[in-house]
Amino acid sequence: MEAWNLTHSVSMWDNLAAFWRFEDINALWVLSGSILLGMSASVIGAFAFLRKRSLIGDALAHAALPGVMMAFLLFQSRDPVVIFFGALLSSFVGFFIIDWLPKNTKIKPDAALAITLSFFFALGLMLLSYIQGAELENKSGLDKILFGQAAAMTESDIHLLAYVSLFILITVALFFQKFRLIAFNRIYAQSLGISVKSYELLLALLIVMSVVVGLQLVGVVLMAAVLLTPIAATRYWSNQLTPMLLLASTIGALSALISTQVSYLAPAMPTGPWMVVSLSLLFMISLFFGTNKGLLKRWLETRALRKRVAEENILRTFYKLSERQQERESFSMADVQGMRNMQASQLHATLDQMLRKGLILSQSGGYRLSESGMQQASQLTRRHRLWENYLMQQAELSPDMVHQQAERMEHILTADEETKLQAELNSSHADPHGQPIPQGKGERHD
Amino acid sequence: MINDLWILATASLVAAACSMVGVFLILRRQALLGDAISHSVLLGIVLAYLLSGSRDLFVMLFGAVAIGLVTAWLSDTLHRFGRIQADASIGIIFTLFFALGVILVSLFAGQIDLDQECVLYGEIAFVPFDTIYLGGMENGVEIGPRAFWTILVVFAIVLISILLAFQRLQTVSFHPSLAASLGINILFWHYFLMTLVSMTTVASFDAVGAILVVALLVIPASSAYLLAKSLKGMLWIAFAYSQVAVVVGYAVSYQLDSSISASIAVAAGILLALTIAIQLLNKRYRQKQPAKQFAPEQASSNA
Amino acid sequence: MSPTQTIFPSHPPLSVKQLSMRYHHKPVLTDVSFSIPEGKTIAIVGPNGAGKSSLLKGIMGLESIIEGEVKFFGEDLNRKRLATAYVPQREEIDWDFPINVMDVVLMGRHGHLSLWKRPSRIDRDIAEQALKDLNMWEFRDRQISQLSGGQQQRVFLARALAQQANLYLMDEPFAGVDVATEKAIIELFSQLKQRGKTIVCVHHDLNTVGEYFDWIVFINARLVAAGPVEEVLTPENLAKTYGGRLSLLNDLTEQLYRSKVNKIHDEGA
Repeated sequence: MEAWNLTHSVSMWDNLAAFWRFEDINALWVLSGSILLGMSASVIGAFAFLRKRSLIGDALAHAALPGVMMAFLLFQSRDPVVIFFGALLSSFVGFFIIDWLPKNTKIKPDAALAITLSFFFALGLMLLSYIQGAELENKSGLDKILFGQAAAMTESDIHLLAYVSLFILITVALFFQKFRLIAFNRIYAQSLGISVKSYELLLALLIVMSVVVGLQLVGVVLMAAVLLTPIAATRYWSNQLTPMLLLASTIGALSALISTQVSYLAPAMPTGPWMVVSLSLLFMISLFFGTNKGLLKRWLETRALRKRVAEENILRTFYKLSERQQERESFSMADVQGMRNMQASQLHATLDQMLRKGLILSQSGGYRLSESGMQQASQLTRRHRLWENYLMQQAELSPDMVHQQAERMEHILTADEETKLQAELNSSHADPHGQPIPQGKGERHD
Repeated sequence: MINDLWILATASLVAAACSMVGVFLILRRQALLGDAISHSVLLGIVLAYLLSGSRDLFVMLFGAVAIGLVTAWLSDTLHRFGRIQADASIGIIFTLFFALGVILVSLFAGQIDLDQECVLYGEIAFVPFDTIYLGGMENGVEIGPRAFWTILVVFAIVLISILLAFQRLQTVSFHPSLAASLGINILFWHYFLMTLVSMTTVASFDAVGAILVVALLVIPASSAYLLAKSLKGMLWIAFAYSQVAVVVGYAVSYQLDSSISASIAVAAGILLALTIAIQLLNKRYRQKQPAKQFAPEQASSNA
Repeated sequence: MSPTQTIFPSHPPLSVKQLSMRYHHKPVLTDVSFSIPEGKTIAIVGPNGAGKSSLLKGIMGLESIIEGEVKFFGEDLNRKRLATAYVPQREEIDWDFPINVMDVVLMGRHGHLSLWKRPSRIDRDIAEQALKDLNMWEFRDRQISQLSGGQQQRVFLARALAQQANLYLMDEPFAGVDVATEKAIIELFSQLKQRGKTIVCVHHDLNTVGEYFDWIVFINARLVAAGPVEEVLTPENLAKTYGGRLSLLNDLTEQLYRSKVNKIHDEGA
């Protein structure tokens, strides 16, 4: 209720304005700390993702909870360094249990992950509820690590966050080559004499560290997304690791920026969920508009291909028509449809497009191939028939079977491949159906 | 005293329903999907409530099942069309849904009697105070806590489903491709199980919250997996483990004044750890003895 | 007159027409066509990665095929489920699964049971007979993890036997089994053959293929040859099967899948 009211009050904009004037030096720290965290978590998460252990971060974040509570109980202090090492320790225990269970018992890896995650979380909550019931000082605010609360972070929290994040980024930069090699091919790395085990341990340590320092900002429950979602989003933009890492850290930083703003606008709001929502938004943008494998890109490519295939199919149809009825000058749409299954609307559109390109000419109520259209059509036909011959020779298929294959192959063969095919063929004068194979450009001038 | 009984009865039904559904999650290696659904269900509950304005059992069940199936379906779709590893796509979907759920809860905290705490722990201690009346609020008869009746209904659904479809579930879990070759529609059974998981988590939500339910889903079933020799046996053992965990957890929470639901989950985990420890000691002991019985066969089955 | 002509019934137990499969963009099988005679043992033979197991899975509808047609006794699989039994590779399943031998074999009776029905006395008798045929009856109460590799294979075979099918499709039944099991399988084959059943196996041992099987289908990403052992087990066919793939053919087929022209053409056609 409180949060809702706050977002409607005027003072919220004052808050924001004050934030950006950095009147409070703390605000600057929060901003840079969370951006650094977003960057380091997404970079380190990338390696977990590439090793196909995407959800390890989820389990480790949950596993940190009892460590935090234990550290508090033992030292009666909320000193960030104490809490940090408590969390680090219990996360590491979690990490080893996840690894140990499938190797030593019948329990499968996915179950081991879920068991560890839920058990440590339950243990943490049990301790938290015990602490809240007990007579202890300083206990308020411990529960903030469940969902994260940027606004509730103290100065020393943020300093630790910033330093650890920087440490992670620098370490990754230093060992980048090795990490990449291991992520790409573990066995090969081992064969090169690289101590894969120790690098993996280092990677695990970095993951655990980023998870642990992220708790106060993002929270135990949703930390997984900060490690996982940025790198997943970059898959739609690039195939190369370096640009992917750069982009992932940008996405991480951007979402950190957005969520800290929200947290300052409405201090009672948890930061973690907002960070995840902004990450997911960036992910969806990538999914749809990514220039590498984005859905829009794929859709446009398919559409262009469909147009080209339709065009080439009609070119071939004209070629075959003129082959069969050499006395005729032009052919109607009915003639084309007689030989080629195509919807009238698509046929219309494709013919219009071909007219514009000058591949066909309109003549006395029908169409005929132009000079350039003829050239393309005979090239396609040549490729079609060469492929039919090749299949007949190599794969021993019947003539009607090779036709179907060639119908597709004709669209993708290049001049280079055409030459290779020609070289492997015994004969290239007639196709399996007895039709002559049109000569290629080179031979025509002989 | 009567309140304690209501709490124990509710917890025991929650644990029983979760452990039985969990058996299939473990066998089908879908523990993580169970984890994901139990998180997403929060969004289902909040949306169902905000859209309908009622806390009616069937509205809640409907909302949760819908969002649970959407989670399973979206994860699969993102995996196949978005070309992202299966577990990564699960992670992306459920964190988003859970985050949306938490944001809605904190935005409308005044309207929904849910808060962030309750999302995490559930409020099993308060279960007895939210009662329902048979025949209307004013002149009906009080029949006990809402949470109890909710989980009772769902437990009955789970039990009947398993009893009726036991053979099919066994085949589909043991060997999906064999099941498919026999003409069984494995996609249907997949979503059928996901429906059971969603219903169980939503019914457990009031009592144990969104995350501890994962512990009850996977931990007793994993203990049973270590011991069982048949599917029927595994269901019984999981059930037994879950009940012991409830009793032990309840006692511990009484001693420490800690959260009941968290203590139950911790007790389940400790029981699993004990089971593993005893099994390993047993194995070591047997290895020291010269092999008598079918040791060679065991060796070859490991090969 | 060729011997194959007289054996062929009007509907062969299995016929495959122009079956193509792929894994992502890699062509796994292209344009495979063959049909097999009834009452024979047929081996599918080829090098590693030739697509033998994929062929079996594609036939059973367990992996998707890009195109092609598979007929069982002249009909779609759904109409001939009960006549067809499939024996998967042993590695595919979780042998830690809590289930005993008898229950695994009873799964073979599933096709005959409606949703709520439990296996009846008759189903149990059939399962018992199947286990006895494979000398596994004494192990009926064992949990499956406590069996040797050969025994596990025999349980799978007993399950297929309990299906009482007419056509058996087996994925490498001889892989990693002991001599006793190998003998038991051969014995089973000859019994089944006497009853007019047809057996199709993925097989990788060239030394035994001529001895154990009547027919061979040579596969290497494409069909190399199919026919009676005495006709097709020739040095030429072996050389073609194991001589590596045709690189140009393979590369271009992969390019075709990558380009999606396939998909578009199917829409347009």
